[in-house]
Amino acid sequence: MGFNDGLKSLAELPVRSFAYVVTVGGQGLTRRRLLDLGFVPGTLIEVIRSGPCGDPVAYGVRGTTVALRREAAGEIQVKAAGKGWPGWA
Amino acid sequence: MTKIQELYRLAGELGDGRKEELQERIVKAIYRQAEAISGRVVSRHPGWACDWDRRIDDVVTSRLTGFPLMLLLLGVVFWVTIVGANYPSEILAALLFGLEDPLSFLFDYTGAPQWLCGMAVQGVYRTVAWVVSVMLPPMAIFFPCFTLLEDLGYLPRAAFNLDGLFKRAGTQGKQGLTMCMGFGCNAAGVTACRIIDSPRERLIAILTNNFVPCNGRFPTLIALATLFFAGSLSTSLSFMATAVVTTLVLLGVTVTLLVSYLLSKTLLRGLPSSFVLELPPYRMPQVGRVIVRSIFDRTIFVLGRAVTIAAPAGAVIWLLANNSIGGQNILKGMANFLDLPARFLGLDGYILTAFILGLPANEIVLPILLMGYLAQGTLVEPANFQDLGNLLVAYGWTPVTAFCFMLFSLLHYPCGTTIWTIYKETKSFKWTIAGVLIPLAVAVIVCGLVNFVGRLILN
Amino acid sequence: MGLNNPVQLCVTLVGNPNTGKSTIFNALTGLRQHTGNWPGKTVLTARGVYHYKGREFLLIDLPGTYSLVANSPEERVARDFLFFGHPDATVVVADATCLERNLNLALQVMEITSRVIVCVNLIDEARKKNLNINIAVLARELGVPVVATAARTGQGLDELKDLIYAVACGYITPCPREIGYGHYIEERLQKLLPLIQPYVSERRQARWLALRLLEGDESLLETWANKHLRDDSYD
Ligand SMILES: Nc1nc2c(ncn2[C@@H]2O[C@H](COP(=O)(O)OP(=O)(O)OP(=O)(O)O)[C@@H](O)[C@H]2O)c(=O)[nH]1
Ligand SMILES: [Mg+2]
Repeated sequence: MGFNDGLKSLAELPVRSFAYVVTVGGQGLTRRRLLDLGFVPGTLIEVIRSGPCGDPVAYGVRGTTVALRREAAGEIQVKAAGKGWPGWA
Repeated sequence: MTKIQELYRLAGELGDGRKEELQERIVKAIYRQAEAISGRVVSRHPGWACDWDRRIDDVVTSRLTGFPLMLLLLGVVFWVTIVGANYPSEILAALLFGLEDPLSFLFDYTGAPQWLCGMAVQGVYRTVAWVVSVMLPPMAIFFPCFTLLEDLGYLPRAAFNLDGLFKRAGTQGKQGLTMCMGFGCNAAGVTACRIIDSPRERLIAILTNNFVPCNGRFPTLIALATLFFAGSLSTSLSFMATAVVTTLVLLGVTVTLLVSYLLSKTLLRGLPSSFVLELPPYRMPQVGRVIVRSIFDRTIFVLGRAVTIAAPAGAVIWLLANNSIGGQNILKGMANFLDLPARFLGLDGYILTAFILGLPANEIVLPILLMGYLAQGTLVEPANFQDLGNLLVAYGWTPVTAFCFMLFSLLHYPCGTTIWTIYKETKSFKWTIAGVLIPLAVAVIVCGLVNFVGRLILN
Repeated sequence: MGLNNPVQLCVTLVGNPNTGKSTIFNALTGLRQHTGNWPGKTVLTARGVYHYKGREFLLIDLPGTYSLVANSPEERVARDFLFFGHPDATVVVADATCLERNLNLALQVMEITSRVIVCVNLIDEARKKNLNINIAVLARELGVPVVATAARTGQGLDELKDLIYAVACGYITPCPREIGYGHYIEERLQKLLPLIQPYVSERRQARWLALRLLEGDESLLETWANKHLRDDSYD
């Protein structure tokens, strides 16, 4: 199986699922901010909840909660780690 | 070649034009180290700790209860303020106006000239007394409530909820945070816009911050809502006043969204940028301390403004009301001149004059207006709230007038300090002027419409 | 300000947003900066003075930042202050409940200046979440003094003042651990360093500047070039 098999964008993940960051796309300030907040390749992310309008989604990253819009989350490619707590890899 | 250029060139060559990849490598290396260290340092005690944050967020940001809860919180805070401020306002007014006669007497006794006594007592003292008794109690109740919500961690959740709406308006949820700061003071709200990274969205947030009623306008709204829509302040009527104030604030939010939308489509065209906001954990506020602190802070603040702004304004307005140019009383002249456009907005000449003279600070608008009316031969000497209502009615106020006054106050233009802050933050005359004219245009349109419709209904 | 006053020592507070910097600032100086539980409460730098053991300290409360590179205005303020302001001591205020993310900034600060104290704040909140933080090990791993505090109740603030005093006066010389970036970047760094070294007093700062050069962080370089290279830019 190739490395890039099963890649999805973070925006596609359902609420209450987990995934590992594989790449962070996009550019400029937004990308940099995402990296600084801890969305670096290899990080485990939890999709916590979506807002009342459905759009900003709250993600659990390294013990913090960060809200992102669909566009920003779409730039992050992840490998799904399934539902439930997968433990640290 | 200069050394700096040489450095740039070499760095560019070494980077191979792959800036993004290098950045990622650097951040990754730092995070790897952070991860390793925290792995060695942080341990989790055995034992079960309920994740309260998530349980609370389940309610606070849910599709079903998120927005209703926001509205409810807003309403409850306003209700507590309206009901709680009524009694202290009465007492303060009684106390301060009770001192007016002894004060005049004192002046007479010392043999001070008549004009000095008039200016000091009927000008300065009266204005300060109005400002303190109308402004202080609502502020001293509203702010502790608001600070408790802030310390609890509710504001970022509100921004999270509102982001969807702001996105449709072409901006982002952090604008909601700057609006919350605007409740305290629009100048602070404008400065808070620095948390918005995109220059376009920051500018929109700056230009629309005025639509949140600040420190100086909010008590004015409460006072009028109480006078005109909750006469005797029975429970049901206090709900009525709360509903009026809440509606006005919601209207301010709606106007903010609409104007933001229009700006995004015209002058400040562009796509919404990103919205990245951390939602911090809820923290238990230090309730006692917050209450004492913010009551104390607000009292100092209101008293400070009363001395620095209301007192001189009182002197000026007394001079205008008691001097004539060419046989015409200055204040009366201004009011007559402005009466026609004011009628169109559902106001009268004195109200518009008060708004214009109140440019330095919104809290002096209502006192200036009262001084203006009273200078026309005293019908009623208002020494309490009820009299105040009667006085306004005696000068021809109807509920439509009250409503237009509240709308104009909510929308009109930012106070002097805020305008100066807009200039400092944007460093542009053009945008500073836009920050005045846009709200003014909105205020004229809305008040004109409401007046027209209101008259149709009432007649 | 502190820089032209030899008696006054200049101390900066940096840290992620909402970690309690302003609360610490208020506790130390007795001033009343606004605090609030949301990221971004402070947007303007505040200054205040306090006295400890006969010395005068100028404390500077910077806006919260997630890193020292991204080009948002507040991050630039924090970064320029650390790099150009040469504070006598820098306190990195970290949130004990999410140490990992906070260490990301602490490590970056330690790349610019060695006179660093890490203050693990909100230790009461961490305790509520059943988290335990081994302060001694953290200090050893980082190579700088570390103190656990709960700023709101004042816990640990005396020790913090002691550490600030010791570091600012030079009684303690922290030696922060250097971050290894791996072969790919280190190789490139080695080529840039000799060109930068002559203009920077500390090796640490030269390394940091070289990293920013590689990343192409232009805003910083312009400021730096204006300051240091203007006099001899033409050979
Ligand atoms: N429980 C607890 N709360 C704290 C402590 N220190 C600060 N807080 C609270 O945490 C919140 C954030 O504190 P601030 O001092 O405003 O944080 P800051 O780092 O200045 O934040 P920014 O200005 O946004 O960067 C406030 O509500 C404080 O009351 C602490 O030690 N324990
Ligand atoms: Mg702060």
